[in-house]
Amino acid sequence: MSRAALLVLADGRFPAGGHAHSGGAEAAVKAGRITGAASLEDFCRGRLHTTGAVSAALAAAAALGVAPGALDEAADARTPSAALRVAARRLGRQLLRAARVAWPSPGLDALAREFPKGAHQPVVLGAAARAAGLGGEDAAYCSAYESVSGPATAVVRLLSLDPFDATAVLARLAPDLDDVAREAAKSALRAVDEGVDALPAASAPLLEVGAEGHAGWAVRLFAS
Amino acid sequence: MDCGPGDEGDGSSPVTTPTRTSSTPGRPSPPAEPSTAGRSSAAGRPFIAGQSSTAGRPFTEGQSSTAGRPSAPARLLASPAGVHAHARIAARADPHGRTVLPVLDGEGPLALRRTRATGPAAHVTLVGAMSGPLGGDSLAIDADVGAGARLSVGSAAATIALPGQDGAAARYDVRLTVADGAELRWLPEQLISVRGSALRVTTRADVAEGGRLVLREEQVLGRTGEEPGLLHSRLTVRYAGRTLLDQELTCGPGAPAGWDGPAVLAGHRAVGQLVVVRPEFAYESPESAVLGESAALTPLAGPAALITALAPDALRLRHILDDALSRLM
Repeated sequence: MSRAALLVLADGRFPAGGHAHSGGAEAAVKAGRITGAASLEDFCRGRLHTTGAVSAALAAAAALGVAPGALDEAADARTPSAALRVAARRLGRQLLRAARVAWPSPGLDALAREFPKGAHQPVVLGAAARAAGLGGEDAAYCSAYESVSGPATAVVRLLSLDPFDATAVLARLAPDLDDVAREAAKSALRAVDEGVDALPAASAPLLEVGAEGHAGWAVRLFAS
Repeated sequence: MDCGPGDEGDGSSPVTTPTRTSSTPGRPSPPAEPSTAGRSSAAGRPFIAGQSSTAGRPFTEGQSSTAGRPSAPARLLASPAGVHAHARIAARADPHGRTVLPVLDGEGPLALRRTRATGPAAHVTLVGAMSGPLGGDSLAIDADVGAGARLSVGSAAATIALPGQDGAAARYDVRLTVADGAELRWLPEQLISVRGSALRVTTRADVAEGGRLVLREEQVLGRTGEEPGLLHSRLTVRYAGRTLLDQELTCGPGAPAGWDGPAVLAGHRAVGQLVVVRPEFAYESPESAVLGESAALTPLAGPAALITALAPDALRLRHILDDALSRLM
């Protein structure tokens, strides 16, 4: 196993299409709830501890080898917004395409066969981490970081926020990222024994409501 | 429909017993309405409290079907740290297609009354016979709706989570099962999380293939102008063995950071979910819809839809959910 594989997988330039999604930040900017670095930080912290924690746990469980079918169903149940389920599967399909080239493996081939229309992105992320020889906590870190780096990058474009300030937000979130990744890895271990009901299901009501509205916009910068 | 064969809960005189007279000083009691005698009147709030002393938390044991169970006072006293109560409802279709209630067992603060119904469904009202839950309490309700039966459950007043004496959290577990061809409408009043309280609520609905469910949950964070307590809720809905919805929300002091930020609640003090499960949705799924500024309807990954709504207060939240429900039904 190579720890450096984690850097490849977590790199924002990994060609998996994530840059086209704002993680709900575009809707929050439009609603006037994100106006600068401070409210971006609040937004990211809330997202990290809710849907970010759930994604991290799903990714960690997939990296530990929990059946992708059960995890994908668990992801559906934890993603009530139909618009967000569509976005998560689209992202999963794009990530799988890149990951199969980067880390060819029978596991990723089987995942592509089982989900021709795409599995939820965190499930694919965990399977890719597994194929790259990474562990559950690695996958959790990668997923948790994505849950905040996506909105931070998007807000730089949406509000012309100073990229230095956006990066400082991410740096301040580092202790929270550690906590979330550690907890996600623990719950993934429980899921290995007890099944997917052991995974967290924390939700962010405004992200769900905002996503349904955002999907109906005629003109938008980001896909979700 | 008011006095069918399953109406053990109706008409009998409530036995009112004060409890925990020394351990819960200052515990608020529901207003006394001695005239209600176990039946909800059209206009009044059917609190059964009545003639109790001023110090304790009165509770009411109104059912005649509780014979053979340990009496509630004994159970309460056996658990000095908090009240443990478990209420049960079973609804069954009789040979004439009416719904009877072979089990209608309230306990402690969870008193149950069969109330007047306008349609073919049996109607049960959960009556707040004590205030609470308080920290340390552990409450549970099971409702089981058998094949072909139709049950509607409401409550007489909001549930108010109050602080206990030692800072312990309270639990409130609701378990609902709905059989093929059965229908459950579970429409309780709001849950209000009061400053200093800590409550963990779980609601789990298991709907068999061919069953129907309407389920509403509303959380209100603090009374008017008040900081909320710590509230953790988890709502799980399964249909035909598959989990369609699994959702947790934690808010209030001690919740993970960001709970009141722009991704989660953003200062809204009332949040609600309305879940509708209908077999017909497998063929014709409701379309996503935006319902004003902070509410949306979305189809779930199965024959069900969810409305999520946020509002500044309980009243406006209810308006949004009522409008959304009429749109779906």
